[in-house]
Amino acid sequence: MTMKLSAVAGCALLFSTSVLAETITIATVNNGDMITMQELSSDFTAKHPDISLKWVTLEENILRQRVTTDVATRGGQYDVMTIGTYEVPIWGKQGWLTELDKLGADYDMDDLLPAIRSGLTVDNKLFAAPFYGESSMVMYRKDLMQKAGLEMPTKPSWDFIRQAAKAMTDKEAGVYGICLRGKAGWGENVALITAMSNSFGARWFDENWQPQFDSKEWQATLEYYVELLEESGPPGVSANGFNENLALFQTGKCGIWIDATVAGAFVTNVKDSEVADKVGFALAPDNGLGKRGNWLWAWTLAVPKSSTKSDAAMKFISWATSKEYSALVAEKKGWAKVPPGTRASLYNNPEYIKAAPFAQITLESIQSADPINPTVKPVPYVGIQFVAIPEFQGIGTAVGQQFSAALTGQLTVKQALDSSQRLVERAMKKARYPKK
Amino acid sequence: MAINKSNKSKFIYTILAWGISGLIFFPILWTLLTSFKTEAEAISASPSLFMFDWTLENYRDVLARSPYFDHFWNSVIISLGSSLLGLLIAIPAAWSMAFVQNKRTKNLLMWMLSTKMLPPVGVLIPIYMLFRDFDLLDTKIGLVIVMTLINLPIMVWMLYTYFREIPNEILEASRMDGANIIDEIFHVLLPIALPGIASTLLLNVILAWNEAFWSLILTAANAAPLTAFIASYSSPEGLFYAKLSAASAMAIVPILILGWFSQKQLVRGLSFGAVK
Repeated sequence: MTMKLSAVAGCALLFSTSVLAETITIATVNNGDMITMQELSSDFTAKHPDISLKWVTLEENILRQRVTTDVATRGGQYDVMTIGTYEVPIWGKQGWLTELDKLGADYDMDDLLPAIRSGLTVDNKLFAAPFYGESSMVMYRKDLMQKAGLEMPTKPSWDFIRQAAKAMTDKEAGVYGICLRGKAGWGENVALITAMSNSFGARWFDENWQPQFDSKEWQATLEYYVELLEESGPPGVSANGFNENLALFQTGKCGIWIDATVAGAFVTNVKDSEVADKVGFALAPDNGLGKRGNWLWAWTLAVPKSSTKSDAAMKFISWATSKEYSALVAEKKGWAKVPPGTRASLYNNPEYIKAAPFAQITLESIQSADPINPTVKPVPYVGIQFVAIPEFQGIGTAVGQQFSAALTGQLTVKQALDSSQRLVERAMKKARYPKK
Repeated sequence: MAINKSNKSKFIYTILAWGISGLIFFPILWTLLTSFKTEAEAISASPSLFMFDWTLENYRDVLARSPYFDHFWNSVIISLGSSLLGLLIAIPAAWSMAFVQNKRTKNLLMWMLSTKMLPPVGVLIPIYMLFRDFDLLDTKIGLVIVMTLINLPIMVWMLYTYFREIPNEILEASRMDGANIIDEIFHVLLPIALPGIASTLLLNVILAWNEAFWSLILTAANAAPLTAFIASYSSPEGLFYAKLSAASAMAIVPILILGWFSQKQLVRGLSFGAVK
């Protein structure tokens, strides 16, 4: 009789646990930091046995298409979404995201880097928590610089970059002075050139949302970009994105590479990089106008309004973006693998600074980026390497195609800018800007 | 002399055929080879075809990180299920169009085919909302329905072409012997058109297996097929070429094997009625 009762009680307990257990679906991008999060998530489920996790990992453009469809139609397929700093202000304003107000008392919100946090806040409400943040910086080969008889300043100018790239180029030996993004796309060449253009005094729109590609600042930006790559860039540069340039730099084919700070960990990794011990870092270049050519980006975790498990989702976000998670990664994978660019405490940690030679430049780059006032002249938009409006993905990619055509010589710089001006004017008119 | 000339041209054609086949197969071969390289070797500026340190590390990593067999099983159910369901609808449709024609049949066939000309993204939002309202998001049955609808025009067209090759007199004779429509289709038409039906089935299994737009949009964690599995190894920021190649190899090998064993059937079916 006792045994029977125990069995019934056991079954009841099992049944009640399975009924109470909540499964949350997490949509995330495929990169090293996210894979580590997935690997270490057993720590979260051990602390929260009532929550189980399902992962959907995708390439970022596919993920963006999928989660945008889901959030816009309130499909409810996901409880946690990985989104970028481009989406957060737009989606937050649309009311598609749940405010992250249950991250816990010990979350230490004030430790989040202000530049990153401000980009994720709409009307004083935090709609996403940063998982990792990045800016852009100069990565260069110290040995080639020395050979060229030059020394890279911590804050180089664009003129110096051009001079150094030319001096480091040895086309016969297959070494090119500079590698930059040339592949068309709003997250590809447009991200780099828009951030560059800020330091040249250019802007996408004036205060009345009038496109500004017919300005002399844009002419100077694109001319510089095309001439620099013609002089010192690798062949086929118009097809190169982050990965192609990473491969070129790691195999010793590039003297200077200006790209995401997250690349610092890749190019100094002795396992994959042939030049790991020869890499130096500097801030993104400027033209003495008060703005540097660095961008700001963060992959963040957010809860869509359509999720019915927002409490569990917030518990997960709190765990994944906490200081404790950083310590867990450091313990299991080493300090160099800790997701960078979100918390001030990480940059006060001597162990991290020792393990990541690019840490200080990353921090300075992030802190100097101002998405609210990204340009020399005033603008009506938020965003450094993008304009945080829903239309930007479309017009950004179309403009990127014009820039890419200028690089391959299919269009002159002037033709590419004229064409960009026309197509952006048309798109903005169609979208009825300025919005009342 | 004539024999020599014929042998020579045969030799040239053979070389040409091998050359073209090699060209088509090379990307698949390269993917397979890359899947056995390290990430560093995969991006090497001077890549080696065979002389590299072969490793199974990528396969180990991929299997450890992703539930490959769940994705594989989803792909099998979706591709086979949609092809069989499609056949159930397409066979009677093609029968009526081939043997009970009227003046609108040709227009109807063209209209069916024209639906394939619509870019899928044009109906993305309505389909997504329908799926949401009918609780079909991230379900295998939802994907089976969508794949069936996508491939139905091709199935009907293919079967219509095969059925048109079958003399109407054979069906008339069966009717005179007292066969009803069901008997006519199942006992007379299907046995004769079996090669065509088999090749239609195989082709649609391949099309559904490789479909990526809807299967990526409409699934999440439960019904995601192998196309979603591959997409999880692509990244614009980080080098995953070797792992991506391993994932691709694991996704395409089953369908390559199916294609290899059924190639005779496929060629026979696809060229059915091509030469009169």
